[in-house]
Amino acid sequence: MTKLLLSGNEAAAHGAYEAGVHVAAAYPGTPSTEILETIAKFPEVDAEWSPNEKVAFEVALGAAIAGARAMVSMKHVGLNVAADPFFSASYTGVNGGLVVITADDPGMHSSQNEQDNRRYGKFAKVPVIEPSDPQEVYEFIQKAFDISEEFDTPVLFRLTTRISHTKGVVVASGERKAVPVKPYRKDIEKYVIIPSHARKRHYVVEERTEKLREFANRTELNRIEWRDTDLGIITDSVAYQYAREVFPNASILKLGLVWPFPVELAKEFRDKVKRLYVIEELEPFIEEELRFYGIHVDVGKDKVPMIEELTPSRVRVALTGVELPHPEPQKSVIRPPALCPGCPHTGVFFNLAKLRAHVTGDIGCYTLGVLPPLSAMDTTICMGASVGNAFGFEKAQGKKFAKKTVGVIGDSTFLHNGITGLIDIVYNKGISTIVILDNRTTAMTGHQPHPATGKTAKGEETQAVDFEKLVRAIGINHVTKVDPHDLKATYKALKNAMEAEEPAVVIAERACALLPEERKAAAKRPKKYIDAEACRGDKCHLCLRLGCPAIGVDENLKAKIDPLLCVGCELCIQTCPFDAIHPEEVK
Amino acid sequence: MESKNIIISGVGGQGIILASELLALVAMEEGYDVKKSEVHGMSQRGGSVVSHVRIGDKVYSPLIEEGTADAILAFEKAEALRWIHYLHPESGVVIVNDLEIVPTMVAIGLDTYPEDVEGTISSIASKYHIVDGLKYAREAGNERTVNVVLLGVLSTYLPFSEETWLSVIERRVPRAVEENKKAFLLGRGISSK
Repeated sequence: MTKLLLSGNEAAAHGAYEAGVHVAAAYPGTPSTEILETIAKFPEVDAEWSPNEKVAFEVALGAAIAGARAMVSMKHVGLNVAADPFFSASYTGVNGGLVVITADDPGMHSSQNEQDNRRYGKFAKVPVIEPSDPQEVYEFIQKAFDISEEFDTPVLFRLTTRISHTKGVVVASGERKAVPVKPYRKDIEKYVIIPSHARKRHYVVEERTEKLREFANRTELNRIEWRDTDLGIITDSVAYQYAREVFPNASILKLGLVWPFPVELAKEFRDKVKRLYVIEELEPFIEEELRFYGIHVDVGKDKVPMIEELTPSRVRVALTGVELPHPEPQKSVIRPPALCPGCPHTGVFFNLAKLRAHVTGDIGCYTLGVLPPLSAMDTTICMGASVGNAFGFEKAQGKKFAKKTVGVIGDSTFLHNGITGLIDIVYNKGISTIVILDNRTTAMTGHQPHPATGKTAKGEETQAVDFEKLVRAIGINHVTKVDPHDLKATYKALKNAMEAEEPAVVIAERACALLPEERKAAAKRPKKYIDAEACRGDKCHLCLRLGCPAIGVDENLKAKIDPLLCVGCELCIQTCPFDAIHPEEVK
Repeated sequence: MESKNIIISGVGGQGIILASELLALVAMEEGYDVKKSEVHGMSQRGGSVVSHVRIGDKVYSPLIEEGTADAILAFEKAEALRWIHYLHPESGVVIVNDLEIVPTMVAIGLDTYPEDVEGTISSIASKYHIVDGLKYAREAGNERTVNVVLLGVLSTYLPFSEETWLSVIERRVPRAVEENKKAFLLGRGISSK
């Protein structure tokens, strides 16, 4: 046994490794990304970044049907993309164990919504396991594989930001269980879910659910901690930890297998406590089960907030009405995340703002183009939506409007779900312009390789998708490649594409400024300085419109560049009409 | 040991996550339970970053409750103010790097930077240090060691041995190990003056 300091995500990888997982697939998404990154380091595990969550799911399911222990991980909204095979997998069941990890994001730290994926488990009739800290992640995921095989079902393993990105002490064996890949047997009534087979499978699913419900009453994943019986609390996930802080003396029914719901266990608990509170993050999932089975709840979502993540303070205030004494909050400063100094996206958004374009956006660092001063984004919906949204704008407002509209999408996002939208524009005779912001990586989630980078999750060399050839093959004839650090060339490429009477793609290609090679190059470039004599200050401030974090103002409102942040990219020099920015200091 | 709650805050890129990692490892190696929690992804792109570190015999919540932080370690002045209501009203210590990073929102006139941060902190905290982290980091031989200088200051408020600190720094700091060790010791010397 060794003691490690692991995040929930790392613990999931270590636990799955020890459970003998053979195949792991994922698409990056905060807060789930480190699961695949960690498991890819184990040579015994075949780990891949897939183009999207649906493909990742299908690869893992195929591996499980063919006898391997398989795992697929994604952020909560990734399961929306993978929902189609997820629901089918519930009917087919598995051969080797299949664990589906969903990392939900209560509080929307890095997401577009705060959907509660426990509901997906119930919806698809798949058991839902929820650990409450990294040690439990490590232990429970090993049980999840066993449950998957014993009950012939995928298992939904639900983490949240405060589980995934909490580091804690994990006592781990470090030893991998020897689990051979099971033999594959063709079984069309199980794995070919044509209607006649699927009808039979639905009966199997309902029988399985009853068996799991009975199992839920006796599994050690669900446990009662008896303390004072005046107050009983039913809770799950990280909410358990907050309950322990705020009500250290209360009895607790802690759910680790939250669906199917352990009805008998809950009744036994209810009978012995005077008052029953339900403390859970987001939706009243446990509470609804309790009420459905006629188990009286004294306090639940009538008091515990349903919106945003819980904290110990929020639980305390909601349920005791008492706030611990604390200093008054003070005014700080608005400091939203921003595009980095030298970010290649800056050149595109600066020009889109200049062109006063309607911009349908997408999911990635470039979503930050919505913030002032760039303010160059009209929509952000989900992965890949920029392309279809741009075409929808064209359909609603006509061609003249389409010539003022641009869809922007990152390289990884385009491969994830943008290609099909672009095929639609060509097929249905649109003239929309799409900009592929090709920064040669999946940047926002911490620089994972993708199918156009020529590198796998294991760091091996592989075939790289060529965007230009790809979009030409779809039928795009107006294709321009441009370096977004060349502001004039980028302006021209965008303008020409937007004015074209045909669908057009601009590939703005430059590597992310945070990639190691780019950092090295930046270290060699001279920093830029403002000549305060030449700078016109607040009569101009054109350079400030880049939104570069390195550019601020001095006490006379003249522009000022922070040499600690400047990466010497020269974007600001190109904006300055007064030649006031130079690669050396004017004394 | 009474349990300890420590907030580490700053601006994305200042080494907040590494600092909290070092602290958590030291606590673990000294035999304590520890949890630390922060948010990755979008919030790190030059935005405000915070890490909660909780140390004790048994730690439940990964998040610190308002009014219960024993120390706030801030790498930027406004980032100390942002979390000041987490400070224990009687016994909390604030250690803040003497640095103002003015965001674009202020430069383009959409916000103002708070005035007299030191005055505000001194009126709230029972004990505080304003540390010229860059000066000590340069003295240690690497400007990127400001985070470890500040950890050195924090270390004087925690019952962990200097050996454990230096050993963890040696094993877990990715580069400039000697400079980081020196930075830690310089920071550790500050508060005893």
